Amino acid sequence: MNAPDKEYLALVREKMPKTKHLTTLFRAFWTGGFICCIGEALTLLYSNIAPTFSKDDVSALTTITLILITAVLTGFGIYDKIGAYAGAGSIVPITGFANSVVSSAIEHKREGVVLGLCSNMFQVAGPVIVFGISSSVVVGIIVLIFKGAFL
Amino acid sequence: MIWLDFLKAFLIGGAFCVIGQLLINTTKMTSARILVGFLLAGVVLETVGVYDYIRDFGGAGASVPIIGFGSSLARGAIEGALENGLLGAVSGGIEAAAPGIAAVIFIAFIVGLVATPKTK
Repeated sequence: MNAPDKEYLALVREKMPKTKHLTTLFRAFWTGGFICCIGEALTLLYSNIAPTFSKDDVSALTTITLILITAVLTGFGIYDKIGAYAGAGSIVPITGFANSVVSSAIEHKREGVVLGLCSNMFQVAGPVIVFGISSSVVVGIIVLIFKGAFL
Repeated sequence: MIWLDFLKAFLIGGAFCVIGQLLINTTKMTSARILVGFLLAGVVLETVGVYDYIRDFGGAGASVPIIGFGSSLARGAIEGALENGLLGAVSGGIEAAAPGIAAVIFIAFIVGLVATPKTK
Protein backbone atom coordinates (compact mmCIF):
# COMPACT_ATOMS: atom_id res chain seq x y z
CA MET A 1 0.00 0.00 0.00
CA ASN A 2 2.93 2.32 0.66
CA ALA A 3 4.37 2.36 -2.82
CA PRO A 4 1.29 3.68 -4.67
CA ASP A 5 0.80 6.20 -1.86
CA LYS A 6 4.24 7.61 -2.48
CA GLU A 7 3.61 7.66 -6.19
CA TYR A 8 0.35 9.39 -5.59
CA LEU A 9 2.00 12.00 -3.36
CA ALA A 10 4.71 12.61 -5.94
CA LEU A 11 1.99 13.09 -8.52
CA VAL A 12 0.18 15.52 -6.23
CA ARG A 13 3.38 17.45 -5.62
CA GLU A 14 3.97 17.62 -9.31
CA LYS A 15 0.44 18.74 -10.09
CA MET A 16 -0.18 21.19 -7.23
CA PRO A 17 2.22 24.02 -8.14
CA LYS A 18 1.28 23.65 -11.77
CA THR A 19 -2.36 24.51 -11.26
CA LYS A 20 -1.33 27.39 -9.00
CA HIS A 21 1.10 28.38 -11.72
CA LEU A 22 -1.72 28.55 -14.26
CA THR A 23 -3.95 30.52 -11.90
CA THR A 24 -1.28 33.18 -11.33
CA LEU A 25 -0.61 33.38 -15.08
CA PHE A 26 -4.31 33.83 -15.81
CA ARG A 27 -4.68 36.51 -13.13
CA ALA A 28 -1.61 38.39 -14.40
CA PHE A 29 -2.94 38.17 -17.96
CA TRP A 30 -6.38 39.60 -17.42
CA THR A 31 -5.43 42.27 -14.87
CA GLY A 32 -2.46 43.43 -16.96
CA GLY A 33 -4.60 43.42 -20.09
CA PHE A 34 -7.31 45.34 -18.25
CA ILE A 35 -4.88 48.07 -17.12
CA CYS A 36 -3.70 48.41 -20.73
CA CYS A 37 -7.35 48.74 -21.82
CA ILE A 38 -7.75 51.65 -19.37
CA GLY A 39 -4.68 53.13 -21.06
CA GLU A 40 -6.26 52.57 -24.48
CA ALA A 41 -9.48 54.26 -23.31
CA LEU A 42 -7.52 57.27 -21.98
CA THR A 43 -5.58 57.49 -25.25
CA LEU A 44 -8.86 57.49 -27.18
CA LEU A 45 -10.34 60.11 -24.83
CA TYR A 46 -7.37 62.48 -25.04
CA SER A 47 -6.98 62.21 -28.80
CA ASN A 48 -10.68 63.13 -29.13
CA ILE A 49 -10.53 66.03 -26.64
CA ALA A 50 -7.32 67.47 -28.09
CA PRO A 51 -6.96 66.47 -31.76
CA THR A 52 -4.00 68.87 -32.15
CA PHE A 53 -1.85 66.87 -29.73
CA SER A 54 0.78 64.59 -31.23
CA LYS A 55 0.80 60.85 -30.57
CA ASP A 56 3.66 61.30 -28.09
CA ASP A 57 1.80 64.03 -26.17
CA VAL A 58 -1.31 61.87 -25.90
CA SER A 59 0.73 58.92 -24.68
CA ALA A 60 2.51 61.13 -22.11
CA LEU A 61 -0.87 62.39 -20.83
CA THR A 62 -2.13 58.81 -20.63
CA THR A 63 0.94 57.80 -18.62
CA ILE A 64 0.53 60.75 -16.23
CA THR A 65 -3.15 59.92 -15.70
CA LEU A 66 -2.38 56.26 -14.95
CA ILE A 67 0.33 57.38 -12.49
CA LEU A 68 -2.15 59.72 -10.77
CA ILE A 69 -4.81 56.99 -10.48
CA THR A 70 -2.24 54.53 -9.10
CA ALA A 71 -0.90 57.06 -6.59
CA VAL A 72 -4.38 57.70 -5.20
CA LEU A 73 -5.18 53.96 -5.06
CA THR A 74 -1.84 53.33 -3.33
CA GLY A 75 -2.51 56.13 -0.84
CA PHE A 76 -5.76 54.44 0.18
CA GLY A 77 -4.09 51.02 0.31
CA ILE A 78 -6.22 49.65 -2.54
CA TYR A 79 -3.40 49.02 -5.03
CA ASP A 80 -1.67 46.64 -2.60
CA LYS A 81 -4.85 44.54 -2.53
CA ILE A 82 -4.99 44.53 -6.34
CA GLY A 83 -1.31 43.53 -6.34
CA ALA A 84 -1.91 40.59 -4.01
CA TYR A 85 -4.39 39.20 -6.55
CA ALA A 86 -2.76 40.27 -9.80
CA GLY A 87 0.94 39.52 -9.24
CA ALA A 88 2.90 40.59 -12.30
CA GLY A 89 -0.31 42.03 -13.79
CA SER A 90 0.12 44.92 -11.35
CA ILE A 91 3.94 45.15 -11.56
CA VAL A 92 4.71 45.16 -15.29
CA PRO A 93 2.44 48.07 -16.35
CA ILE A 94 3.67 51.62 -15.62
CA THR A 95 1.23 51.61 -12.69
CA GLY A 96 3.51 49.12 -10.91
CA PHE A 97 6.40 51.54 -11.29
CA ALA A 98 4.29 54.38 -9.87
CA ASN A 99 3.07 52.14 -7.05
CA SER A 100 6.62 51.24 -6.02
CA VAL A 101 7.56 54.94 -5.71
CA VAL A 102 4.42 56.00 -3.84
CA SER A 103 4.41 53.05 -1.44
CA SER A 104 8.10 53.56 -0.56
CA ALA A 105 7.37 57.25 0.00
CA ILE A 106 4.49 56.49 2.37
CA GLU A 107 6.32 53.67 4.15
CA HIS A 108 9.36 55.79 5.05
CA LYS A 109 7.42 58.95 5.93
CA ARG A 110 7.91 58.23 9.65
CA GLU A 111 11.65 58.81 9.31
CA GLY A 112 10.98 62.39 8.26
CA VAL A 113 10.17 64.16 5.03
CA VAL A 114 13.71 64.81 3.77
CA LEU A 115 15.63 61.80 5.09
CA GLY A 116 12.71 59.38 5.08
CA LEU A 117 10.17 60.13 2.36
CA CYS A 118 12.39 61.81 -0.22
CA SER A 119 15.51 59.69 0.10
CA ASN A 120 13.69 56.34 0.18
CA MET A 121 11.19 57.09 -2.59
CA PHE A 122 13.34 55.37 -5.22
CA GLN A 123 14.20 52.12 -3.46
CA VAL A 124 12.61 50.10 -6.27
CA ALA A 125 12.34 52.74 -8.97
CA GLY A 126 15.94 53.93 -8.58
CA PRO A 127 17.50 50.97 -10.41
CA VAL A 128 14.87 51.36 -13.14
CA ILE A 129 15.78 55.01 -13.69
CA VAL A 130 19.55 54.35 -13.45
CA PHE A 131 19.40 51.49 -15.96
CA GLY A 132 16.92 53.32 -18.16
CA ILE A 133 18.89 56.55 -18.49
CA SER A 134 22.28 54.82 -18.70
CA SER A 135 21.10 52.46 -21.43
CA SER A 136 19.52 55.34 -23.36
CA VAL A 137 22.88 57.19 -23.33
CA VAL A 138 24.59 54.00 -24.56
CA VAL A 139 21.99 53.72 -27.34
CA GLY A 140 22.54 57.38 -28.24
CA ILE A 141 26.28 56.86 -28.56
CA ILE A 142 25.78 53.67 -30.61
CA VAL A 143 23.54 55.68 -32.94
CA LEU A 144 26.24 58.36 -33.28
CA ILE A 145 28.80 55.72 -34.27
CA PHE A 146 26.59 53.79 -36.70
CA LYS A 147 24.53 56.72 -37.92
CA GLY A 148 23.91 55.20 -41.34
CA ALA A 149 21.89 52.28 -39.97
CA PHE A 150 19.35 54.53 -38.21
CA LEU A 151 18.65 57.16 -40.88
CA MET B 1 -12.99 49.31 -35.20
CA ILE B 2 -12.49 50.62 -31.65
CA TRP B 3 -13.19 47.27 -30.00
CA LEU B 4 -10.46 45.61 -32.02
CA ASP B 5 -7.95 48.17 -30.67
CA PHE B 6 -9.05 47.33 -27.13
CA LEU B 7 -8.74 43.61 -27.80
CA LYS B 8 -5.22 44.08 -29.20
CA ALA B 9 -4.19 46.25 -26.22
CA PHE B 10 -5.62 43.61 -23.87
CA LEU B 11 -3.80 40.75 -25.58
CA ILE B 12 -0.39 42.46 -25.90
CA GLY B 13 -0.50 44.00 -22.41
CA GLY B 14 -1.69 40.72 -20.93
CA ALA B 15 1.04 38.80 -22.74
CA PHE B 16 3.78 41.00 -21.25
CA CYS B 17 2.32 40.46 -17.78
CA VAL B 18 2.23 36.69 -18.34
CA ILE B 19 5.94 36.79 -19.20
CA GLY B 20 6.53 38.78 -15.99
CA GLN B 21 4.52 36.27 -13.96
CA LEU B 22 6.43 33.37 -15.52
CA LEU B 23 9.68 35.06 -14.41
CA ILE B 24 8.30 35.46 -10.86
CA ASN B 25 7.10 31.85 -10.70
CA THR B 26 10.19 30.22 -12.13
CA THR B 27 13.08 32.43 -10.99
CA LYS B 28 11.68 34.18 -7.86
CA MET B 29 12.83 37.53 -9.24
CA THR B 30 11.93 40.59 -7.18
CA SER B 31 9.79 43.29 -8.73
CA ALA B 32 12.74 45.70 -9.10
CA ARG B 33 14.63 43.14 -11.19
CA ILE B 34 11.57 42.43 -13.32
CA LEU B 35 11.01 46.12 -13.97
CA VAL B 36 14.69 46.57 -14.93
CA GLY B 37 14.57 43.48 -17.16
CA PHE B 38 11.49 44.66 -19.04
CA LEU B 39 12.93 48.16 -19.36
CA LEU B 40 16.19 46.89 -20.89
CA ALA B 41 14.22 44.58 -23.20
CA GLY B 42 12.29 47.63 -24.39
CA VAL B 43 15.50 49.59 -25.00
CA VAL B 44 17.03 46.73 -27.02
CA LEU B 45 13.86 45.99 -29.03
CA GLU B 46 13.44 49.69 -29.88
CA THR B 47 17.09 50.03 -30.91
CA VAL B 48 16.92 47.09 -33.32
CA GLY B 49 13.63 48.43 -34.67
CA VAL B 50 11.30 45.61 -33.58
CA TYR B 51 9.26 47.56 -31.03
CA ASP B 52 7.71 49.82 -33.69
CA TYR B 53 5.76 46.82 -35.00
CA ILE B 54 4.64 45.81 -31.48
CA ARG B 55 3.49 49.40 -30.80
CA ASP B 56 1.63 49.65 -34.09
CA PHE B 57 -0.23 46.44 -33.28
CA GLY B 58 -0.73 46.75 -29.53
CA GLY B 59 -1.36 50.48 -29.02
CA ALA B 60 -1.65 51.14 -25.28
CA GLY B 61 -0.93 47.44 -24.70
CA ALA B 62 2.61 48.19 -25.86
CA SER B 63 3.05 51.65 -24.32
CA VAL B 64 1.54 51.13 -20.84
CA PRO B 65 3.81 48.24 -19.68
CA ILE B 66 7.25 49.32 -18.44
CA ILE B 67 8.78 47.80 -21.60
CA GLY B 68 7.14 50.69 -23.49
CA PHE B 69 8.87 53.13 -21.15
CA GLY B 70 12.20 51.55 -22.14
CA SER B 71 11.32 51.80 -25.82
CA SER B 72 10.44 55.49 -25.53
CA LEU B 73 13.76 56.15 -23.74
CA ALA B 74 15.64 54.50 -26.60
CA ARG B 75 13.54 56.26 -29.25
CA GLY B 76 14.28 59.61 -27.60
CA ALA B 77 18.01 58.84 -27.57
CA ILE B 78 17.99 57.76 -31.24
CA GLU B 79 16.08 60.86 -32.36
CA GLY B 80 18.25 63.11 -30.18
CA ALA B 81 21.47 61.62 -31.55
CA LEU B 82 20.32 62.04 -35.15
CA GLU B 83 19.18 65.64 -34.64
CA ASN B 84 21.66 67.12 -32.16
CA GLY B 85 24.68 64.84 -32.20
CA LEU B 86 26.44 64.05 -28.92
CA LEU B 87 24.32 66.40 -26.79
CA GLY B 88 21.14 64.86 -28.18
CA ALA B 89 22.49 61.36 -27.60
CA VAL B 90 23.01 62.14 -23.92
CA SER B 91 19.79 64.08 -23.28
CA GLY B 92 17.36 62.47 -25.75
CA GLY B 93 16.38 59.52 -23.58
CA ILE B 94 15.59 61.46 -20.44
CA GLU B 95 13.79 64.11 -22.48
CA ALA B 96 11.41 61.45 -23.78
CA ALA B 97 10.92 60.03 -20.29
CA ALA B 98 10.68 63.42 -18.56
CA PRO B 99 6.85 63.72 -18.35
CA GLY B 100 6.52 60.29 -16.72
CA ILE B 101 9.41 60.69 -14.29
CA ALA B 102 8.42 64.23 -13.29
CA ALA B 103 4.82 63.12 -12.73
CA VAL B 104 5.90 60.11 -10.64
CA ILE B 105 8.17 62.23 -8.43
CA PHE B 106 5.70 65.08 -7.92
CA ILE B 107 2.61 62.94 -7.36
CA ALA B 108 4.43 60.49 -5.07
CA PHE B 109 5.76 63.42 -3.03
CA ILE B 110 2.29 64.92 -2.58
CA VAL B 111 0.56 61.60 -1.85
CA GLY B 112 3.41 60.65 0.52
CA LEU B 113 2.91 63.87 2.45
CA VAL B 114 -0.87 63.44 2.65
CA ALA B 115 -1.28 59.69 3.20
CA THR B 116 -0.71 58.16 6.61
CA PRO B 117 1.51 55.05 6.79
CA LYS B 118 -0.24 51.88 7.89
CA THR B 119 0.82 50.51 11.26
CA LYS B 120 1.71 46.89 10.72
